[in-house]
Amino acid sequence: MSAGAPAVLAQGLTKRFNSFTAVDHLDLGIEKGEIAGFIGPNGAGKSTTIRMLCGLLHPSEGRASVAGFDVDRQPEAVREHIGYMSQKFSLYGDLTVRENLLFFGGIYRVPRQSFEERMRFAISMAGLEGRENALVRTLAGGWKQRLALGCAILHRPPILFLDEPTSGVEPEARRRFWDLIHELAAQEVTILVSTHYMDEAEYCNRISLIDRGRLIASGTPSELRARRLGGDLFEISCAPLGAAVKVLTGAPGVVEAAIFGDKLHVVLGSGGLGAADLPGFLGRHGIQAGPARRVTPSLEDVFVQLVSGGQKQRSAT
Amino acid sequence: MLERLPVMLIKEFVQLRRDRWAMFRLIVPMIIQMLVFGYAATFTVSHVSTAVLDLDRSRASRSLISHFVATSRFDVVDVARNQGDITRDIDHGAAVIAVVIHAGFGRRLENGRSAPLQVIVDGTNSNTALIALGYISQIVSRFSAEQAGRAASFRTSVAAPEIGIALQTYPWFNEALEDRWFFIPGVIGTLTLLQIVSLTAFAIVREREAGTLEQIMVSPIRPVEFILGKTVPYFLIGLGDIAMVSSIGIFWFHVPFIGNPLVMLLEASLYLLATLGLGLLLSTFSRTQQQAFALNFFFVNPLYILSGFAFPIASMPKLLQWFTFINPLRYFLVVIRAVFLKGVGLKVLWPDLSAMALLALVMLTVSVLRFRKSLD
Ligand SMILES: Nc1ncnc2c1ncn2[C@@H]1O[C@H](COP(=O)(O)OP(=O)(O)OP(=O)(O)O)[C@@H](O)[C@H]1O
Ligand SMILES: [Mg+2]
Repeated sequence: MSAGAPAVLAQGLTKRFNSFTAVDHLDLGIEKGEIAGFIGPNGAGKSTTIRMLCGLLHPSEGRASVAGFDVDRQPEAVREHIGYMSQKFSLYGDLTVRENLLFFGGIYRVPRQSFEERMRFAISMAGLEGRENALVRTLAGGWKQRLALGCAILHRPPILFLDEPTSGVEPEARRRFWDLIHELAAQEVTILVSTHYMDEAEYCNRISLIDRGRLIASGTPSELRARRLGGDLFEISCAPLGAAVKVLTGAPGVVEAAIFGDKLHVVLGSGGLGAADLPGFLGRHGIQAGPARRVTPSLEDVFVQLVSGGQKQRSAT
Repeated sequence: MLERLPVMLIKEFVQLRRDRWAMFRLIVPMIIQMLVFGYAATFTVSHVSTAVLDLDRSRASRSLISHFVATSRFDVVDVARNQGDITRDIDHGAAVIAVVIHAGFGRRLENGRSAPLQVIVDGTNSNTALIALGYISQIVSRFSAEQAGRAASFRTSVAAPEIGIALQTYPWFNEALEDRWFFIPGVIGTLTLLQIVSLTAFAIVREREAGTLEQIMVSPIRPVEFILGKTVPYFLIGLGDIAMVSSIGIFWFHVPFIGNPLVMLLEASLYLLATLGLGLLLSTFSRTQQQAFALNFFFVNPLYILSGFAFPIASMPKLLQWFTFINPLRYFLVVIRAVFLKGVGLKVLWPDLSAMALLALVMLTVSVLRFRKSLD
């Protein structure tokens, strides 16, 4: 790996399954030591992209290099430099914590002199001291995921691919997992992590938003947040929410209306309805509404708009 | 080259030891099936491979031989020149039965005297031999009736000349012509085939389904290390299984074992490698356990039917006969029966052993080559 070269680079990376395009001409560049987030709804193509980068799937088109090696032509060289946690939990449930570590350390040929120390580190990182001889299938989700991370970094790879490592894990355990990711990044490890939790996007240095195989936005969280939504964002409490979205979509001055938790987020452009007019407008359509409050857009707002904007574009063509 | 093999093996054995049902699955069905098959041993015959030796060369002897050639019950595979040819044919399993017409046969018949006919049967193949003997006596009595008819047209009154059949079993030990002795060594081969092919076919597919295979694929492990890690344990289990069911055959059913145990070990090893190779090959074609199960069913049953275990290969259509050449069970049956009952060694059995070795080599190589570290 030459200095200064990006740790991960993809150009026009494409994967087709028969006629279905799961990943569509994706460009990607991840610098060394960066935490790159891969955000997208279910079926967006996150796992497929990560599998291509790990050399598990052959790209149908385009090329990618990891640690300076071409993923399609030098997969074995790539494998020496990466750690991977697949989306599906994949340690052996019928082996103990210690046996799993011994196995994965063994197939990566971790040097004998550092093996014990790295195993102890992995065990303490997972918070499994004293439970080394527990069968892995008896562990709760958070412990399993931290142990899987521990196994994936036993050979000290400079690049880590984590595919939805926190899905189905308690919020508290998710936070602990992200602490670990940050500790690793502080040691110059490059990490590509996919998630569909929008709040986790904030923990990343850089985010790529993908939807239906296409990259629809990328940048740092604050860059993305600063993107013009095409107006100002307001939050309203109202009921019923579904009817409100229907009424507001296409109304004069409304750029976007979307359900956000138990409230409504509305983007208002210039001309047409103002923020003060909203409760009255909704009231005329039989919808009870509180006052509109101006809010700073979160990443989720940006994503929602980007994804729905993409949909409108597609249905228009 | 194989640095990661010990790690793979440790993992496989720990998993096996921890599988509470493994010991049950590996042992109990084998014992039960062995007992059931052992007690239920019977079957039927046609196209018996036959060698003939005509030391008389008379019109009568030629006529008798043409009777053998004419029926589909017997396939005359060798017209021998001397007694040595006959011994060799039966030793190598080329013929199950040999008919020897001694000099003077024709003259004795012409003089209206009784004439002896020597029939040698391969005693290890008892069932075939017994049924074939029945056919022979039919042919011979028809032949002697014809002879009587011919004679009657010349002379006034002549009784049908009597042809005595002198039965000689060879080799001598299976004089009782026990079905079981022939059947049980075959059961050992079929049970092992079923057991080992399915064990190996599922071993890899299970990891694929669990997702652990994906994790292994991103590691620098070599395909050959992974494949060997998956085969060595089942190879050892297979040896144990063969030893176990062979012991049942020998000690419970009293099947004689007169061969060399080392030859038996060699043939068991080659046979296991071939069946493991087949199981691995099937697993490289299946994504799910269901597919593995279907493939297993699709391949193992024909192997069993096209092995000569229950249906003689000689009575199959030519095309199917060709298929039997790529069936490890076909060779195993020849060898195990020979080792158990005839005691013959490598000098005779090397062609079958080499065929098994070749099959094993091809299938293991193809499955290592087909095992790409890739999901598509
Ligand atoms: N082997 C395959 N054959 C056919 N289609 C596939 C295959 N793998 C994935 N797909 C399809 O490709 C699309 C992208 O899948 P992928 O798993 O990459 O999505 P994802 O972003 O990881 O989604 P999730 O959040 O559900 O994990 C999906 O529509 C999926 O059905
Ligand atoms: Mg996924």
